[in-house]
Amino acid sequence: MPDLSIDTELTRTILTGFIKTEITRSGFSRAVLGLSGGIDSALVCYLAAEALGPENVLAVRMPYKTSSQGSLDHAQLVIDALKVQSMTVPITEMVDPLIERFPDMENRRKGNIMARERMIILFDQSEAFKGLVLGTGNKTEILLGYSTLYGDSACAMNPIGDLYKAQVRQLSRVMGVPQPILDKAPSADLWVGQTDEDELGYTYEEADKLLFLLIDQRYTPEECVEVGFSEKFVNSVIQRVRRNQFKRVLPPIAKLSNRTIGYDFLYLRDWGT
Amino acid sequence: MKLNLALAQINTVLGDVNKNLEKHLTLIDEAHDKGADLILFPELSLTGYVLQDLVSTVALHPDESDPIFNQLLKASQAIDVMVGFVEEDQRNRFYIASAYLSGGKVLHVHHKVYLPTYGLFDEGRFFAAGNSVSAFDTRFGRVGMLICEDFWHASLPYLLWLDGADIFMFASASPGRGLPGENKTAQPGKLDSSRWVDDITRAYAGLFTSFVIHTNKVGFEDGLNFWGGASVCNPDGESIVQGPQHHEALVYAELDLNHLHRTRARLPLLRDEKSALVQKEITRILLANQNRSTP
Repeated sequence: MPDLSIDTELTRTILTGFIKTEITRSGFSRAVLGLSGGIDSALVCYLAAEALGPENVLAVRMPYKTSSQGSLDHAQLVIDALKVQSMTVPITEMVDPLIERFPDMENRRKGNIMARERMIILFDQSEAFKGLVLGTGNKTEILLGYSTLYGDSACAMNPIGDLYKAQVRQLSRVMGVPQPILDKAPSADLWVGQTDEDELGYTYEEADKLLFLLIDQRYTPEECVEVGFSEKFVNSVIQRVRRNQFKRVLPPIAKLSNRTIGYDFLYLRDWGT
Repeated sequence: MKLNLALAQINTVLGDVNKNLEKHLTLIDEAHDKGADLILFPELSLTGYVLQDLVSTVALHPDESDPIFNQLLKASQAIDVMVGFVEEDQRNRFYIASAYLSGGKVLHVHHKVYLPTYGLFDEGRFFAAGNSVSAFDTRFGRVGMLICEDFWHASLPYLLWLDGADIFMFASASPGRGLPGENKTAQPGKLDSSRWVDDITRAYAGLFTSFVIHTNKVGFEDGLNFWGGASVCNPDGESIVQGPQHHEALVYAELDLNHLHRTRARLPLLRDEKSALVQKEITRILLANQNRSTP
């Protein structure tokens, strides 16, 4: 079974350097992020505070009426520990009118609406606070597509998108993320009792290890089975990764001309900086 | 004879040659004031690395008539300079290039031969590959210049060694990758790509009983980090200077060129190298590969 441990000091140096450089090169000095009370956004908040100084970070809590009090309290623990700037913007009154318009709406639709409403708030605060929105998605969930397109995945840059969940946990511990956040089961908290692992059907621990072999180490599915993963699990993860590629790329533009955006109009986002 | 080096492990502005030139001139002055004989800049130091469609807009000609090179050549009257840039040739092909400037003249230009075009790299899409490699004479001795991927292949350093290079000057813009586990005792604080480059520069220095000097870019371009870590290895294969990881710096080193005499008296690998045998066997092997139905 693979070793997913990381050199945490090196990671910390690179990620804080990334945040500081990418923000300042565009002429900004501040960051905005959604602080859910979960470990991923907590870690990003710690990294941002270290990179930019806490006064330059705005952490936004955006509860829905069914969000657990625990989530709110945990987010507050982070805010108090770091002394970052913060605000709380409940989304209930913003999303309920839309939800009520379609009375037979399933949980998933409601969850996506909430995630996208939070995106709206963050990008609006980005303009008000003059800071760039930091993403909080980790490598495991990005590969599995366990996020809402244009919702929680929307951001200006993502410092932790190349860390598997286990590595997020390891770095969080070293950076001093509060223990209750380290201990609890990951949850999108979009409906009562939701947990990531119930939804996925497997644990992050198993998913991390399999994804590391498949993606990082380029193991074939057969090699993964040889190492001890069930064929059913391997196939289900492979399918899930492939089916969610659309969440990770720009929508295709139909090519007609000799120079098409997305094909032969190639510049970095950092062009000119 | 002593050679006082300054290794510039620096950040650049992506696509802005004029801003980057200002930084070069400032550092050249600083290094000269500190008594350096030679200052080395990383790969594509005048342009930044992930240029993509910017390549054709930042290209230069390494001669006096070029307004950028004109200033660098003037500066090279006081101190030798190795600089990274994009060269556009007479037929509008673009190369990743390094130029060695001394006493107001361009002594040598190297076009990067091996263009990584795999994984995150896409150099072959935008650049022409160099089609030659040769050592050249400087006031410090015979030198071989290579760029990044060039020295990830043993062939080019080997050829330069046979062509008389006693001092190797490597310039990189190497994106950091490979996060080591916490239990890797090798070297904490280094990504795998940094560790790999350190290992091979030391190996080349030891195998060729020559000096190997390496400088590398620092900073970020989108999500890619550049790790710096400039280094000098002596002819015994020992690392004598190491710049910081992930921080800009002007790293100074003094090379005692007499070290070549001492090492090669003890260990005459160069004397005993059988280059005619190498040529004979390479010819045989390439012919055999051609004649096989599957390579």
